[in-house]
Amino acid sequence: MSPADPGGGRGDEAASAAAWAHVEVSRHPDRPYSLDLVQRCLDDFIELHGDRQGGDDAAVVIGLARLSGQPLAVVANQKGRTLEERGKRNFGMAHPEGYRKAQRLFTLAGRLQLPVVSFIDTPGAYPGVAAEERGQAWAIAQTLEAQLALPTPYLAVVIGEGGSGGALATLLADAVLVLEHAFLSVASPEAAAAILFRDAGRKQQAAAALRLEAANLLEWGIADEIVPEPPGGAHTDWDGTGRLLRPRLEARLKELTERGFDPARRRERYRRLDGLFSA
Amino acid sequence: MAISPAYARPQSTEAAFTCGACKGTFPRAQAAGNLYVCPGCDAHSRISAHERVRQLADRGSFEEWDGELAGRDRLGFVDTKPYVDRLQEARERQGLPDAILSGSASIEGRPVGLASFDFGFLGGSLSTAVGERLARAIERSADERRPFVCVTSSGGARMQEGVFSLMQMAKSVAALHRLAETHVPFISILADPTMGGSIASFAALGDVILAEPKAMIGFTGARVITQATYEQLPAGFQTSEFHHARGLIDQVVDRRQLRTVLGRLLAVLGAQTSEDARRLA
Ligand SMILES: [Zn+2]
Repeated sequence: MSPADPGGGRGDEAASAAAWAHVEVSRHPDRPYSLDLVQRCLDDFIELHGDRQGGDDAAVVIGLARLSGQPLAVVANQKGRTLEERGKRNFGMAHPEGYRKAQRLFTLAGRLQLPVVSFIDTPGAYPGVAAEERGQAWAIAQTLEAQLALPTPYLAVVIGEGGSGGALATLLADAVLVLEHAFLSVASPEAAAAILFRDAGRKQQAAAALRLEAANLLEWGIADEIVPEPPGGAHTDWDGTGRLLRPRLEARLKELTERGFDPARRRERYRRLDGLFSA
Repeated sequence: MAISPAYARPQSTEAAFTCGACKGTFPRAQAAGNLYVCPGCDAHSRISAHERVRQLADRGSFEEWDGELAGRDRLGFVDTKPYVDRLQEARERQGLPDAILSGSASIEGRPVGLASFDFGFLGGSLSTAVGERLARAIERSADERRPFVCVTSSGGARMQEGVFSLMQMAKSVAALHRLAETHVPFISILADPTMGGSIASFAALGDVILAEPKAMIGFTGARVITQATYEQLPAGFQTSEFHHARGLIDQVVDRRQLRTVLGRLLAVLGAQTSEDARRLA
């Protein structure tokens, strides 16, 4: 392929269009957000608040719930739907307090021996001055560490956008499910295009080059399962999406709790994930 | 693939050294003798991984680990140039299979595991090969009870490896668990720049975190923040000193003091000297 014909190794406009369509569905304004799916897939959700260090970032929601009678700890990225709520939730982009809130939830889960379910839907960590001043990178790093030390079963579901380190902060689970039109990426297609082509407008090309469709995550062993969405996508039918997701959460959680669970196995999974090197 | 042995690469073959900060020009020998800290303005210029090891390790003590470990182009990635071509050019230019050098060494007589990022190799970015070599160095240090010293100079993720690059953050943190389990110290040294996925994973998790003066450190780069938020950036934003003032970095250390400071730290942490090891053997 010539440099004049970039397009991510698949090198055609169809690939760019397909990858971009995937991104657009994952970001559809009518797509169910975390709390919409918590309501449809879990029972008796009770929200908890705060990182216990002075902050309560509304871009991250934590709480307690049950599934098939099993008590759970829940952590979720939360986007807002109305103008006001979008501001309050900061478009699902957390500050350090959001990651520390997630850490608090992992600590609580370990103490009470509760399995954790996470819902991932974030463009990434918030790129702002205040976030940097308060240690955004440190907060994310510590959250990665907390996940790999969590002594209870842990299930993650990518339900929409899974952008960069901000998504990774609640992704390092024993089983990772990805909704059919969700994606996980090292950077947003816009940011990747700005870096690779010095032109954020070439986001479609970047999306194709990054191969960020959900199906690839399964092939690469990063996801364990792709959960189908209703015909037309999750945004057309929230209840239908919940009906497809809930039994998969139940089955995976049962499997994890019954299998006999060991956080060392989780660390081993992320240590060997890319499968390129023998031990 | 032929890889030059450690110490084989000079910082540059040009006769003069030009400071990127004050633009002053100095004889290379003078700059090298000052550890590539500008003799005019004290700016700490970026140095290669080989030069870093030469500066920190006791003479002749460095023995490379995993020197043949190289990755590949998993995604068939092409941006303005095929990724395989970028990799090949960087390998030839930097004399490394990827953006990190690792091995055993002693510092002021105390054995350590030592890793150093090479910013000249695709911005010191986190590829699968970099993540793997880093993880192996961490684990081997733990197994050999060597304090682990890592000098990071990295722009963060390597876009051309997509989500595999992202997952190196998880891999490095998973490896660090071995150090915690074995109670072996991790000294993280942040050099210019330490950004994105590198500071948001292993580099922020040192038991002790040191940084070189005026290094740029942060999760999101200043340019992206300005474009995304139109915020006014405070003076000294994202420098070592900025983070030190906010409790995120233990000490800002001049490169010319780094060996001495490391030696003192290793002594206080109870790391044995090579001499102790011989006596006990
Ligand atoms: Zn200068």
